[in-house]
Amino acid sequence: MNIHIRGGRLIDPKNNIDEICDLFIMADKIAAIGVAPQGFVTKLVIDAHGLIVAPGLIDLAARLREPGYEYMATLETEMVAAVAGGVTSLACPPDTDPPLDEPGLVEMLKHRARILNQANVYPVGALTMGLKGHELTEMAELVDAGCIAFSQADAPLTDTRVLMRAMQYAATFGLSVWLRPQDSFLAKNGVAHDGEVATRCGLPAIPVCAETIALSTMLALAQETGVKLHICRISSAAGVEMVRSAKQQGLPVTCDVSMNHVHLSEMDIGYFDPNCHLSPPLRSMRDRAALRAGLLDGTIDAICSNHAPVDDDAKQLPFAEAEAGATGLELLLPLILKWAREEKLELSEALAKATLRPAQVLSLDVGHLSIGANADVCIFDPDMYWKVVPGALKSQGKNTPFTGHEVQGRVRYTLVNGQLVYQT
Amino acid sequence: MNNPQLNKHGELQHLLTTEGLPVTIVREILDRAATFVDVSDGLEINNAPLLQGKSVFNVFFENSTRTRTTFEIAAKRLSADVVNLNIGASSTSKGETLMDTVDNLCAMHADMFVVRHGQSGAAHFIAKHVDPGIHVINAGDGRHAHPTQALLDMFTIRHFKKEFHNLRVAIVGDVLHSRVARSQISALTTLGVPEVRVIAPKTLLPTLVENLGVKVYHDMARGLRDVDVVLMLRLQNERMQGAALPSAGEYFKYYGLTEEKLARAKQDVIVMHPGPMNRGIEIDSSVADGPNSVILSQVTFGIAVRMAVMSMLAGVSK
Repeated sequence: MNIHIRGGRLIDPKNNIDEICDLFIMADKIAAIGVAPQGFVTKLVIDAHGLIVAPGLIDLAARLREPGYEYMATLETEMVAAVAGGVTSLACPPDTDPPLDEPGLVEMLKHRARILNQANVYPVGALTMGLKGHELTEMAELVDAGCIAFSQADAPLTDTRVLMRAMQYAATFGLSVWLRPQDSFLAKNGVAHDGEVATRCGLPAIPVCAETIALSTMLALAQETGVKLHICRISSAAGVEMVRSAKQQGLPVTCDVSMNHVHLSEMDIGYFDPNCHLSPPLRSMRDRAALRAGLLDGTIDAICSNHAPVDDDAKQLPFAEAEAGATGLELLLPLILKWAREEKLELSEALAKATLRPAQVLSLDVGHLSIGANADVCIFDPDMYWKVVPGALKSQGKNTPFTGHEVQGRVRYTLVNGQLVYQT
Repeated sequence: MNNPQLNKHGELQHLLTTEGLPVTIVREILDRAATFVDVSDGLEINNAPLLQGKSVFNVFFENSTRTRTTFEIAAKRLSADVVNLNIGASSTSKGETLMDTVDNLCAMHADMFVVRHGQSGAAHFIAKHVDPGIHVINAGDGRHAHPTQALLDMFTIRHFKKEFHNLRVAIVGDVLHSRVARSQISALTTLGVPEVRVIAPKTLLPTLVENLGVKVYHDMARGLRDVDVVLMLRLQNERMQGAALPSAGEYFKYYGLTEEKLARAKQDVIVMHPGPMNRGIEIDSSVADGPNSVILSQVTFGIAVRMAVMSMLAGVSK
């Protein structure tokens, strides 16, 4: 369908565009910027005056809970949540039940997503069978089925020989390995950052060295095997520093952080708020400052929502018993805008952390508005305030540490592959 | 974020932790407890029918004999109706969630819940979800807090030492896993004790414990020097061997309270223990039964302090 997006402020980090101009979409692609292409017959006009027209957001970690955890969320609900949040592409971790370790499962997931015709889903395949850390999955086959990278999600891989073999095998085919650095022995039973708040509240703790020890193993093996390594959900100042120096040494490593960790710290646990039971744990204010510094200097490539919808029964429990995780897809944009305001960043620079940069992590040609690119577009009102009310969220997961917060920035239209899939 | 223990008039609505409890309320509890203690002939506890017609539910998700019994005695001396519920294995093993349990108990029209639970923060959780008229007393939640124990310890200290502002107090043992220690530390600092020490090996101390306002000692002989009060902690059986400690024997040698080590403290030092004691592991019998021990007074005062807390909660504005 030919769509004319009129009068909006176009921001495209990749092409260094930040100006008020029209955007024309034809045959699912970006057809022209500024002036309509010859012979363009408008079918739909979207009035974007006062709005920002940006590439659709790319979320590197959104759990859809299918297959296996449909009581927490389903593809139907979470895909609606994604486009309502302006997220047009998302990578989903393999920690489903069964895990994404067989091509058939991945094909089914891709197929279900395609039928729903909303955001683009990029499954991250399991690195080992059942995420158990013993046997490698058929990575090449899984790529054919639609996987874009391989990961253990939050499951430990304690056998370093298996980890090295997995990296070597992935490197053979030029595949990326995504890992969350957390030593499972040091993190055992832990539910909060090993610091002031856990000490005061008597909560079993996870020390920073759980992250740095795992990270140093991963970086050493990445160096050894030459694999493309993506570090997921970095949480500590020491971790950021290790990634920084690995990048300086020229290691092909990228890194993301969850939006929760950009804004919150252990202090937000307050009186045992189970919504702040997250994995990795919210760390100290100093760690949060280092994460922000890492974002600014490019050590951390992307901000993700770390969307993990949890059902109320699993969340309405004393802190340690409550399931870790929070809903996030609908908050990614406002929390990136909040971060941009606080750090006095150009919007283009801030949006790059959820468009251009994650696209580079994915090695996919998405996240920009170049002529000929797929028309994945997010049109939002950057000034509009809204209150985070659990019942009003589209996601089946209603729990977030930001419940009751006033946030700024509301998605008005979302287009995926040139189709208008959301408007409000 | 409102203080979850206080109502909108600033009165005690629930007793969940000693942390953040206004010093005026702490003193009021101690003063009120004193009115229940008859010191004329030994230590006797008076009856007072302040909770006539009220019902107190002892809701214990974790086993306890001593604490539950003293709460029961305290409630009965206030003429309350007492119901004991050992939920330990019953409903949670049948799949009932804590929310369901709380809703059911509320439907039974209790006035007060005395709650013990194995998870830190469980008492806060329950206080947040009970009907507005119901008061919650935390009888121990995980490693977090055990406020009535700390308050009875403060009462005992005040009984023997009169003042707090001139004391040096040492807490000895497994601070890491101890809800008693956390509540004692905040109660002591709230009451103005100028020097609180913790004495333990590094494996039994939480990270940044010094941020709680204590001085850290690993050497017991140095830590006990010139102290007025020694608060011993119980060492749980499962900690006695493994990665935290090599053996009970080595622990006793370096951190068990013996007469020899106690000689470093002031002559009139008092020795306390929340019970049940592991004789020969954290404390030598000669000290536990010796002239400086006030351990049995603690138990008696425990009833008075729990009466004070319950009667205060029963008297707050709706």
